[in-house]
Amino acid sequence: MTVYTATVTVRLKRGVLDPEAETTQHSLERLGFELEDLRSADQFELDIDAASADEAADRAAEMAERLLANPTIHDYDVEVDQAE
Amino acid sequence: MTIAVIQFGGSNCDRDSVRALESLGFEAELVWHEDGLPGSVEGIMLPGGFSYGDYLRAGAMAARSPIMQEVKDAADEGTPVLGVCNGAQIGCESSLTPGVFTTNESARFQCEHVHLRVENADTPWTNHYEEGDVVELPIAHGEGRYEITDERLEELEANDRILFRYCDPDGAVTPEANPNGSKHAVAGVTGAGDHVAVMMPHPERASLADLGRTDGQGVLEGFAE
Repeated sequence: MTVYTATVTVRLKRGVLDPEAETTQHSLERLGFELEDLRSADQFELDIDAASADEAADRAAEMAERLLANPTIHDYDVEVDQAE
Repeated sequence: MTIAVIQFGGSNCDRDSVRALESLGFEAELVWHEDGLPGSVEGIMLPGGFSYGDYLRAGAMAARSPIMQEVKDAADEGTPVLGVCNGAQIGCESSLTPGVFTTNESARFQCEHVHLRVENADTPWTNHYEEGDVVELPIAHGEGRYEITDERLEELEANDRILFRYCDPDGAVTPEANPNGSKHAVAGVTGAGDHVAVMMPHPERASLADLGRTDGQGVLEGFAE
């Protein structure tokens, strides 16, 4: 078995209002920065002992489905690297 | 007739709910989530608060605690379930009810009185009112904006599953009267059956005459159905 780090990124689906991101964008603009849009996301790093990277990815995806993301408003993706 | 008011770590409207229910003649008891549902329960209330510090998403942790499977089983058997505020967030996170309550459009916590129009007076929770009645209840939430896909919302509307919409004092649903940016101004919805409902405004905080308005009594009377 090998320990892998699965990085789960949970984003709001396109079209779902993100008031915190809007507020953050306005603050950046008040500081004089120019930007077209700002999107926020939550990122979780999971260390998983698994037989393969695919197995680690599957287990991380199940965790995203069950808890980390809410399918009504979120999309998520999973990337797996061997843990350092 | 005992109504279980379920306490999670961080619930804070649990005792208010018991007091409001008792004032209407119900027997109500606090049930710590780890203790599981008592056998004799004939109603379940998920009270407001900040269970698990609203970590991850409001209601996400509590929705996945073991007692919620018991709540779902009881709901499937016809036991009335009402989720208020954090209880509404828990209800949606656990799929007892559709959609999700998420960050207010203002990105701020809002604590104020709002007006609600009764959209469907043919449920246990609203049949003490007439369709179109305007009631005044308090809200106190940072994550109360109702969000759901357009298709699913149309389906809910077509099936009369919207209990209340935010409105002005005259009953007009306007953007200005929508305190949190909820889609189609939805403030409360029913689950697969009318006996399961969630709402962000607090009926239990408007149920004791000594404290002012009692517009919320009719919602809590739904447990008697």
